Amino acid sequence: MTSLFALCDCNNFYASCERVFDPSLEGKPVVVLSNNDGCVIARSSEAKALGIPMGEPYFKIRNLAEHGLVHVFSSNYVLYGDMSNRVMQTLSLFTPNVEVYSIDECFLDLGALYGVDLPSYAKTIKRTVQQWTGIPVSLGVAPTKALAKIANRLSKKSVKAGGVLVLTEPRHIQKALEATKIEDVWGIGRQYAKFLKKHNIHTALDFANLPESWVKQHMTIVGLRLQKELKGEPCLELEEALPAKKGICTSRSFGKKITTLDELQEATASYAAKCARKLRQQKSCARLVTVFVTTNTFSEHDRQYYNSKTICLPVATNSDMELIHYAGIALKEIYREGYWFKKSGVIVTEIVPERQVQLNLLDTVDREKHGRLMEAVDGLTDRFGRGKVWVAAQGVDNSWQLKSEFKSPSYTTRLSEIQTVYAR
Amino acid sequence: MCSAKIVPIASHLLEPLDFDLLGDIEIPFFYSYVECGFPSPSDDYLEDRIDLGKYLVQNPTSTFMMRVKGSSMEEANIHDGDILVIDRSLKAADGVPVVCFLNGEFTVKTFKKAGDKAFLMPANPAFKPIEVTEEMDMRVWGVVVWVLHKPVKL
Repeated sequence: MTSLFALCDCNNFYASCERVFDPSLEGKPVVVLSNNDGCVIARSSEAKALGIPMGEPYFKIRNLAEHGLVHVFSSNYVLYGDMSNRVMQTLSLFTPNVEVYSIDECFLDLGALYGVDLPSYAKTIKRTVQQWTGIPVSLGVAPTKALAKIANRLSKKSVKAGGVLVLTEPRHIQKALEATKIEDVWGIGRQYAKFLKKHNIHTALDFANLPESWVKQHMTIVGLRLQKELKGEPCLELEEALPAKKGICTSRSFGKKITTLDELQEATASYAAKCARKLRQQKSCARLVTVFVTTNTFSEHDRQYYNSKTICLPVATNSDMELIHYAGIALKEIYREGYWFKKSGVIVTEIVPERQVQLNLLDTVDREKHGRLMEAVDGLTDRFGRGKVWVAAQGVDNSWQLKSEFKSPSYTTRLSEIQTVYAR
Repeated sequence: MCSAKIVPIASHLLEPLDFDLLGDIEIPFFYSYVECGFPSPSDDYLEDRIDLGKYLVQNPTSTFMMRVKGSSMEEANIHDGDILVIDRSLKAADGVPVVCFLNGEFTVKTFKKAGDKAFLMPANPAFKPIEVTEEMDMRVWGVVVWVLHKPVKL
């Protein structure tokens, strides 16, 4: 065996982020709500133990919250994004090859580390991330990515494992497969799980033992690859390289000199919407949005200023609403009073095909609904021409504000919101 | 006359971006027009401006900031309203100021070791030292590496 992967996963990531800056929440039920405070999208283990299901609408737990039995937070993506970057950067100290899989998951290529005492190395990784960032993580280590995923899952379930499980011995792998239900296998969707159960396949081990020809016939080459992975034969490489780096840029010089944030915001919102429409036309989504502003650099008499800000979205998107929202956040950061702005623009990068968007389980946006709405907007635009239907932020002030009543401060990204430390 | 020109940022932004996405992108890059005469001799000596952020933050992934409220650390030059730069990757050592979580709040004290015992020391005679005991729910959250203090209110 030469290949070796670790899957590092942040435990109850959003709740853990809140706890770093309020350690009194440790051991207490914490939930995080979706955008607009709609429903529960993340739970601490204590909240799970209380029986609060994923997706529970807020009004159903309001009573518990008001009695202090559960601590409720609006989602704070600025904080979670920054903490995620800190975790990923810390992990990248342990191996040069990492694949950031989602906001709270990362594959590490430990292929160069055979012969090293793996359990203790994995424990060192876990301890370091916890110490440096305050975020507790679990690690599963195995010869393939699919097995690493299984090891990770089991590392959280077993008290003995303590968040670290190394699966390299064939008999250990066998046992792990036996203990994993088919529907919990990475890549097995609900439909396949149903289908396999009908054929009396209930565990990952049952699946691994199927004849390859049967798997290929019923589940295509993708299913076969997964089966091989579970048998310890690596088929999935680390996807370090990001998809082709193309960008869409919408920017324009203003007809008149602009000074106020309101005017800039409207312009930026329209550029963001244009980028979103271009993305939809090519059936893709973007993960990064950059906003820039600049004064007229050719004018010798005016004071000069230029700046830009890039925001990494939790999930790649092509929705007007989301892009406008994040572009607005970026703009606020870089806007300065007292300058004549000549030009602003929005650039979206890290573009992926619509179908390849890594959906986040803890995603807060109803993507299907957004998708349908955007389809309708595009349809109306096609029929009646541009500028007949638009997201209000492009022209009407303050009408596009998300509800986030319980949002924690942006402890790590805004100086005005850093935590208070008492000297008393 | 040679005039320095600010290079438009847009073209640079399409290059691969790494983890520092949430940070600011700084492009301190100037060049002179060649066609307007003799190239500026200083072009060969361009360096990045001093980046105070880099100086204050040695380990960006483990460094956080907090604002001080209270006067118990005045003799240690930690004043009300100051900003603390805190590194979580460092271990508390004797005589080092630390941020702890104690009795439901963050508190800044000097960590002191005396034999087997450990103390959290204030730096103001009006406050008492706290002995750290096993049963106490006390955790060191991070080590204070910088105290940012304005000499007068500006």
